[in-house]
Amino acid sequence: MNWLPPNGALHGLAIDHLLRWNLTVLFWLFVAAQALLVAALVRRWVSRGEGHAVQHRSGAAFFFADLLPLAAITALYIWMMFASHKLWAASRESVESPQAVQVEVTGEQFEWYFRYPGADGVFGATRADLINAPQGNPLGLDPADAHAADDIVSAILVLPAGRPVDVTLRSIDVIHGFAIPGMRLKQDAIPGMTGHLQFTPAVPGEYPILCTQVCGLGHARMQARLRVVAPADYERWIAARESALRAEAAR
Amino acid sequence: MSAVIPVRVRRPLLSRVFTSSHRDLAILWLLLALAAVILGTLLSLAMRIHRVWPMLPFPFYGVPTPEQYLAGVTMHGTLMIFFVLTVVPQAAFPNLVLPAQIGASRMAFPRLNAAAFWIGFASFLALIAAFFVPQGAPIGGWTAYPPFSEIAAAGPGQGAGMDLWLVSILLFCAASLAAAFNFLVTILARRAQGMTLGRMPLTVWSWLVSSALTVIAFSALLAAAFMLLADRHFGTGFFLPAGEVVNGIRQRDPAAPGSPMLWLHLFWFFGHPEVYISILPGMGLASSLIANFTRRPVPGYRFMVTATTLIGFLGLGVWGHHIFVSGMNPYAGTAFGLTTIAIAVPSSAEVLTWLAMLFRGRIRLTTPMLFTLGFISFFIAGGLTGPVLAQPALDAYLHNTFFVVAHFHLVMAMAGVFSVFAGIYYWYPLLTGRRMNEVLGNLHFWISLIAAYGTFFPMHFAGLAGEPRHYAQLSGPVESFASLIPVEKGITFSALLLAAAQLIFLFNVFRSARHGIAAGENPWRATTLEWSPNAHPIIESGPYVYGPGVASQDDFRPQWAFAENRNGSPGECSPPLKQE
Repeated sequence: MNWLPPNGALHGLAIDHLLRWNLTVLFWLFVAAQALLVAALVRRWVSRGEGHAVQHRSGAAFFFADLLPLAAITALYIWMMFASHKLWAASRESVESPQAVQVEVTGEQFEWYFRYPGADGVFGATRADLINAPQGNPLGLDPADAHAADDIVSAILVLPAGRPVDVTLRSIDVIHGFAIPGMRLKQDAIPGMTGHLQFTPAVPGEYPILCTQVCGLGHARMQARLRVVAPADYERWIAARESALRAEAAR
Repeated sequence: MSAVIPVRVRRPLLSRVFTSSHRDLAILWLLLALAAVILGTLLSLAMRIHRVWPMLPFPFYGVPTPEQYLAGVTMHGTLMIFFVLTVVPQAAFPNLVLPAQIGASRMAFPRLNAAAFWIGFASFLALIAAFFVPQGAPIGGWTAYPPFSEIAAAGPGQGAGMDLWLVSILLFCAASLAAAFNFLVTILARRAQGMTLGRMPLTVWSWLVSSALTVIAFSALLAAAFMLLADRHFGTGFFLPAGEVVNGIRQRDPAAPGSPMLWLHLFWFFGHPEVYISILPGMGLASSLIANFTRRPVPGYRFMVTATTLIGFLGLGVWGHHIFVSGMNPYAGTAFGLTTIAIAVPSSAEVLTWLAMLFRGRIRLTTPMLFTLGFISFFIAGGLTGPVLAQPALDAYLHNTFFVVAHFHLVMAMAGVFSVFAGIYYWYPLLTGRRMNEVLGNLHFWISLIAAYGTFFPMHFAGLAGEPRHYAQLSGPVESFASLIPVEKGITFSALLLAAAQLIFLFNVFRSARHGIAAGENPWRATTLEWSPNAHPIIESGPYVYGPGVASQDDFRPQWAFAENRNGSPGECSPPLKQE
């Protein structure tokens, strides 16, 4: 289990715990089943004498050899499902927190863009025909919309530790897979749809962001960085980006 | 050697190629699968080598580009899933033995059956042609998610290559549907007198279920592939949302915008039953072979039939577990998780039955039996990670990582291929009158078993480390999986060994056709009808009935009746196999 990258998310501990006991139980089931196969081989090598006529199995033998283990395995599967459903429900069926940091993540070949709503707390409108990355408008922000003026667009995702985050997920071209292994997080960004994802980064540090849905020749390069910082540092970073935006607008 | 090799009338080659004889068609399907598996394996080796030595140029080729790597992924998957793991268990094997196993002299629709092969062959040619068009083969993987597969500008290979891929899939769907209709009707309408449903071998039950699944699943794929083709060329917008911008260029807005989600659902409504289409025949074969090589009936025959049917039925309701992370309704995630766990129960029931069967009689360790044990081993190894991936909460970490690659290569590819080997070693005498060499068969088995585990088991660890599929390079601008290079190298060396071991098999296949020991009419003393010496047998009993007395003549109670000698040792049967 040390294969997993270090976990930095609030929900990640429970996920790792679930994954760990799942894999442990199933690994020993695997070992037991393979041991039975080997035993069948060894038994054949050992008993070289003429076999005796074996009675055809009675109902009771069938019960003990087949149905009892089957019932046990079924109970295990159901237990797994219950344990896991709690985590799934907590992560996907929860109502978003009013304190949540709002971030919009947009995938396009082969970049991730992160947009913060700015001081007004509202994402400005975007229009597909305004998308023009070389001219600095990769998301197609509409200058006619007042809410768009203070939107911060970043190539790095900076988030405060300990605050819930509400991610809005979009793609402007093909399906991309938004994945942060360190946050135990993955969801597809599907063009034409807006996805939502909630999580709480807990441990400050840097976490790679990957694309996990094959999206073109640059798929393996489509990576970005999540930087989880202390809340004060986050406020400072946002303020710096806002003043840079104002300075640019004044020019 | 008292056994006699039946005298074969040499027929002109052309009459064996342009034929509606199901046995000849079986050979044609096998040859098609052989071409596909060789190409698919070479592609996978090229990818494995490129991953660990990214700067290494290939002879007469150079260093592969990322798009060439992705084209390799797409073509490897398409070749292996359609032209190997569907063609052999669901086209070649039923053509080889299905009519005989139910006592029929021919298929219900021999010409439709022959047409299926030629459509399948055309499909193969269309697929291979994708390598040779400008920009090469498509790069979106075998799942071809739109809009990536919809917009030619989205990447190299997504133009003409993608069109050819779609044409190939359309043709393959047509071939599979034709073949499956023929098998269904053959099973239902052409059984010999006495061959009740309850006396059918479990292979035939598997083909009944997998053919029904084929009809349902490939219909969905046929529709989806046609819709995608229509989107690309006829201006529809089934899968195309409004407001697409690719490479900075605004794409057309369809009159009625669609959604890629429709493709995801249609594709996986096909894609998941496809897994069972390719593995159910292997499961039926495993039951048959264990019964035969332990000389014990299948315990709970009805139980196994129920499990097989239940797997087929539930298999139609689990497709959503492939798209847990697509952002679909989380309640749907829970529902598909539950159906997936449900299907694990009949699958586990079959495995437990096989394990129990192994301890009931003395196993005769012939090569087909060894490969059956290998099949079970891989089916368990890959199957056990199924319940992990069935949990949406865990899949949200593991989806599209190498953990999934390990899972389906063990449970579908390796288990599937090992059961294909079991079938070929087992039925080889039907085609040649000779047996394949057992020493080479043992060698082939043990090297393949170890190399296959060496290749696919470590992939679990790469997946747990978060390494995604479809990455042409292990190190990107931010994340580097370079620490996995030693594991990756081990996988590559194992894969090379695994491929090399198949040369032993090929050598054995071609050498034994001339020099193998004569098999006689029924070398395995099998009780099912494909080994019956007369073409119009009278069926008296179920498929897995054995008398008392292990490894003696007495235990031979075939499904067909003997004309001359009901109680004593049958004249048609070979002497019992020597225990080596």
